[in-house]
Amino acid sequence: MIVGKLQELVLELKVGDVMTADPITLGPGDRMSDLRDLLRAHHFSGLPVVDDKQLVGIVSVEDFIKFLGNGKDDCAVEEEMTGVVQTLYADDSLTHAIGRFESSGLGRFPVVERSGGALVGIVTKGDLIRGMLRRLEAEFHEEEIHRYRASHLFEDVEADATALTLRYDVAGQDFKRAGEASSRLKRTLSHLGIRPDVARRVAIGCYEAEMNLVIFTDGGTIDAQVRPASIVVEVRDEGPGIDDLEKALQPGYSTAADWVRELGFGAGMGLPNIRKMGDEFDIRSTAGKGTVLTVSFDTSEAGDETD
Amino acid sequence: MKLTDLMEELDLGVRVAGDTLNGEVTGGYASDLISDVLAHATAGDLWVTLQTHQNIVAVASLKDLAGVVLVGGREPQEDTLLKAEEEGVPILVSRMTAFELVGRLYALGIRSAELEAVEV
Repeated sequence: MIVGKLQELVLELKVGDVMTADPITLGPGDRMSDLRDLLRAHHFSGLPVVDDKQLVGIVSVEDFIKFLGNGKDDCAVEEEMTGVVQTLYADDSLTHAIGRFESSGLGRFPVVERSGGALVGIVTKGDLIRGMLRRLEAEFHEEEIHRYRASHLFEDVEADATALTLRYDVAGQDFKRAGEASSRLKRTLSHLGIRPDVARRVAIGCYEAEMNLVIFTDGGTIDAQVRPASIVVEVRDEGPGIDDLEKALQPGYSTAADWVRELGFGAGMGLPNIRKMGDEFDIRSTAGKGTVLTVSFDTSEAGDETD
Repeated sequence: MKLTDLMEELDLGVRVAGDTLNGEVTGGYASDLISDVLAHATAGDLWVTLQTHQNIVAVASLKDLAGVVLVGGREPQEDTLLKAEEEGVPILVSRMTAFELVGRLYALGIRSAELEAVEV
């Protein structure tokens, strides 16, 4: 299967996808000592020689060794370079490139523009392999996400209605762990392939509700039901309940203690925020008994995978 | 602008490097009210605040913020550091006041994403 995939990639990928763009170059008048410095600094095996953007030659480690062997004084690169150069085009397929590497025995090809011959990159055998591996990795990653996607999970389930319920227990008054449930929920939604902006809205609504549980109650539960076209979050506690719901829903109204406000909470924005994040919002509260908050998030138009 | 560039320009101290010191800061938000940040900050914002407790980490992580800068020479609390390491959220510190820091950020081209959206 991998061989098949590789064959596909070799046809699909272009030289331009895998080459090093805008490579370091030398000018014909640069000295062999400049070449030495560049070879030493970057471990290049060869560099293109460019005159006014036009490729005029290539100078390699072999050329440099030959130059040393001849015991010549430092001279211009153009005297030692290979002048007639084989090139590839950016839109050549990798199959074509591999053939050229094979038949020429060369280690690198400058890549030039089809019209005009300006240098746009350089490509080595290593670049070909790295390019294919990178693409393979990206495709496998995509496939993995695809396989994991909640929507696909639902496709395989036969039922009249399907929901995946994620439950989080929240302890009251525990500021140290406050926010953990929302963070875990957000991570899980992203694993399930829910679009990031939707996951963020759910997590923010959930966080405000979680903070309400922490600040005002002895704890409660958050149930997030992931359905094919929506996520429904139900937050439940057993008291003390909200005395005046209408007021509680007004932005700026809060009954939080001063020390809570000092932490930056209790600004009277929690419930309004939750309402703003969700598509449907319902809250029922009985003083002394507890509160049930239900928020729905529409994920139906979230089919687009590109965020 | 990259977080690392801002750190250099504004002499910010790093308390937690997080996952994304190399990340792009696409906007800024300044507030000490948690709910306000949750409601109005935008993913990619750098958050300027004087809150130092660990709940700022959850907020930054939930909103996918670029990082948090604590102002006025304030230092993050111990459990804030632990949490930030865990969640990979960059925590920076500055001796400047919020006013001063925000001004410098603005001068460097950092804008409020939401405001920009309104103006266009």
